[in-house]
Amino acid sequence: MAETLDLSQFVAHAPSGAAHMTLAVEGVACAGCIRKIESGLTKLPGVIDARLNFTQRRLAVDWRDNEIGAADIIQAVERIGYRAHPFAPERAEADDSRQAKRLLKYLAVAGFAAMNVMLLSISVWSGNVSDMTQETRDLFHWLSALIALPAAAYAGQPFFQSAWRALRARQLNMDVPITVGVTLALSLSLYETATHAEQAYFDSAIMLLFFLLCGRYLDLAMRRKTKVFAGNLASFKAEFVHRLDADGALTRVPLSALRPGDRVLVRPGELIPADGAILTGASAVDESLVTGETTGRAVAPGATVYAGSTNGSGAITLKVVAAGSGTLIDEVERLLEKAVAAKSRTVRLADRASRLYAPLVHGAAALTGIAWLVAGASLHTAIVAAIAVLIITCPCALALAIPAVQVVAAGQLFRSGVILNSGDAIERMAEADTIVFDKTGTLTLPELVADDQAIDPDLFERAARLALSSHHPLAKALARRARERLPYPGAIEESGRGVRATVDGREARLGSASFCGVADAPAAGETSCIYFAYGGRAAVIPVRQSLRSDAVAVVRALAKRGLAMMVLSGDRPEAVGPVADRLGLKLWQAGLTPAQKIAAIEALKAQGRRVLMVGDGLNDAPALAAAHASLSPITAAHLTQTQADAVFLGERLAPVLGAVVATRRARALMRQNLALAAIYNALAVPIAMAGLVTPLIAAVAMSGSSILVTLNALRARAAISPSSSAPADDPVAATDRGLPASASETGCAAFVGHDGVDQNGVGMEPVS
Amino acid sequence: MNVLIYLVPLALLLGFAGLAGFMWTLKNGQYDDLDGDALRILRDDDIA
Repeated sequence: MAETLDLSQFVAHAPSGAAHMTLAVEGVACAGCIRKIESGLTKLPGVIDARLNFTQRRLAVDWRDNEIGAADIIQAVERIGYRAHPFAPERAEADDSRQAKRLLKYLAVAGFAAMNVMLLSISVWSGNVSDMTQETRDLFHWLSALIALPAAAYAGQPFFQSAWRALRARQLNMDVPITVGVTLALSLSLYETATHAEQAYFDSAIMLLFFLLCGRYLDLAMRRKTKVFAGNLASFKAEFVHRLDADGALTRVPLSALRPGDRVLVRPGELIPADGAILTGASAVDESLVTGETTGRAVAPGATVYAGSTNGSGAITLKVVAAGSGTLIDEVERLLEKAVAAKSRTVRLADRASRLYAPLVHGAAALTGIAWLVAGASLHTAIVAAIAVLIITCPCALALAIPAVQVVAAGQLFRSGVILNSGDAIERMAEADTIVFDKTGTLTLPELVADDQAIDPDLFERAARLALSSHHPLAKALARRARERLPYPGAIEESGRGVRATVDGREARLGSASFCGVADAPAAGETSCIYFAYGGRAAVIPVRQSLRSDAVAVVRALAKRGLAMMVLSGDRPEAVGPVADRLGLKLWQAGLTPAQKIAAIEALKAQGRRVLMVGDGLNDAPALAAAHASLSPITAAHLTQTQADAVFLGERLAPVLGAVVATRRARALMRQNLALAAIYNALAVPIAMAGLVTPLIAAVAMSGSSILVTLNALRARAAISPSSSAPADDPVAATDRGLPASASETGCAAFVGHDGVDQNGVGMEPVS
Repeated sequence: MNVLIYLVPLALLLGFAGLAGFMWTLKNGQYDDLDGDALRILRDDDIA
């Protein structure tokens, strides 16, 4: 059957007739890659321009549509040696990139103004203690006003707007005192300038904005980086489906182009792309990603299958059904909505600080003014002292205290294979005292592993090589163990039975017991068997779910750090029990529905526990949303991943431990930073109240405290470095060195790849 | 102190030139791929 690839969804056309497409590229690591890809593509006839963005690992290609097609370009990149995936940029990402540009502009204007005003201010300060005339000082003050006022009006927009929004909603946020402080400082300075006073605070106001904008930009840059990475991962995982068109032609289309009513062909071993009813063919589907259940379910025409399950032995065609007809995903989504709504809005550390901060500072300023008036000072002196309190307490350090730690900690987590979905996840993860694991795909590897114990290595290799020609999930697990990656020539797959080939003149058969002519072995617990017969010799190869290689060590290390742990699985008790035993976990429940998982988590919450849920299945998504914090492996179902606070890469469980350690450390640093900011205020406020603050003191105090807080945040880098005093058997330290954390459970986990997802991420170097 | 009449506007002008330069680089997309530019500078195949 002829098969065409339809990529029109990803291609944009310019009015001039040129086509444009963005591709996420895997495996780009060095300068040579840029040159190879760009020159290789521009040499193609019809390609106008190819430009690789190395930071984002994305390739932008422009070409003339009548000379070359989108599919040819992807193939060309593959011939050069890289895997390219068509990429549809998300709206949120484009918004972020616009906002980052805007913030950079504000930052540049504030920086320019701060430098020039400071230039004038220092002249005034030194002039005030030597021989500056009043006219010169006034000229400098007016010049400062000329620079500072428009600059503040422009660069302060993010704060003014956010403060206005908060006030309109009758709330207080950190931006309200910032706005009040900046506005008062500028108006006081203007008044002082007009009355020929010795001091003005233009430099303080504009420097304050500059530091605060730095914090904002850092915060946004961190979120953008993880979003870009997540976008690439999503496109690497994006699936293509075989759509059967009305005329019988088979077209490969991206999953997102699928519409209800379309007919789809699903070959053995492929993922089922959408909920649907089977039209033709019979098979068994593996729904472990959907329900956690590991035994296949037999399906026949008329049966309903769910997106995310894997097709077993037979090819099926199905008709895609519209969402909203009582499918499993609807049920999960309904629960999800409830869980998200019910989730008690956790108050962030920064919000708690700012809630305390605003009334305290404004109270102190008012008190100062009143105290000076009562003491008999002039109205002018009282107001100047009160405003000085506001200026000196403006939350420079406070506003940097948390974003700075978040940025450093997110980078640290990134390097250990954890990608954050939200900034405040760090705080929530650090608070967790109980970890709830899902079993299938979380504690165990998402893929099955073939066991070669008690099998002649030579025979095993032949079986594995023959398995390369099969689409069956069990055979695929076996095929991953093949050392020689070349399939046997002339191998024939008989659907639902097995594969056979003639190897060295003798027949080799791999598949069911009857197909290979050997006795059926009894199925035991979580293990399935695949049979192999070759020239009179036969082997029964067990294929089973395998624990992540370092699961035991990680669970032990987590227990040592005082975390309670339990397993909540949708799988059968016979499958869950042994896994929990091996990990030494006494608490486990099996056979749970998504609703029961939520109930179990709510019960833990009612006991006052903070739950970190680690899960990957569609059935875990509501539980992830209900938990205090959540983590998902990168292999998780899409819906599940979007619910998780963070996603971890690789085939080991160590990132979970890494996340707990790094976030706890980050939280400690955030608290330290808030304490530093509080100490700074405690020292500075009395000076301001006494009316002793000069613009010079304000400038030194403000930049000093900001730098101190930023330097302290940098200590988060040390969190899980190998040089820390972690014991030798600690999997976290081992992760950082890139060594296997412990003896592998089955001896074969090292061979299991995740579609190119390795410990270092997907063709992307971790970004520092 | 009359020299200030030239020096102050000159200083401000230089500052503005810097700011305008930055805005131009920003608009030009020169901050879109910082890691890539660090590598591209080592390439010499654009020199014939």
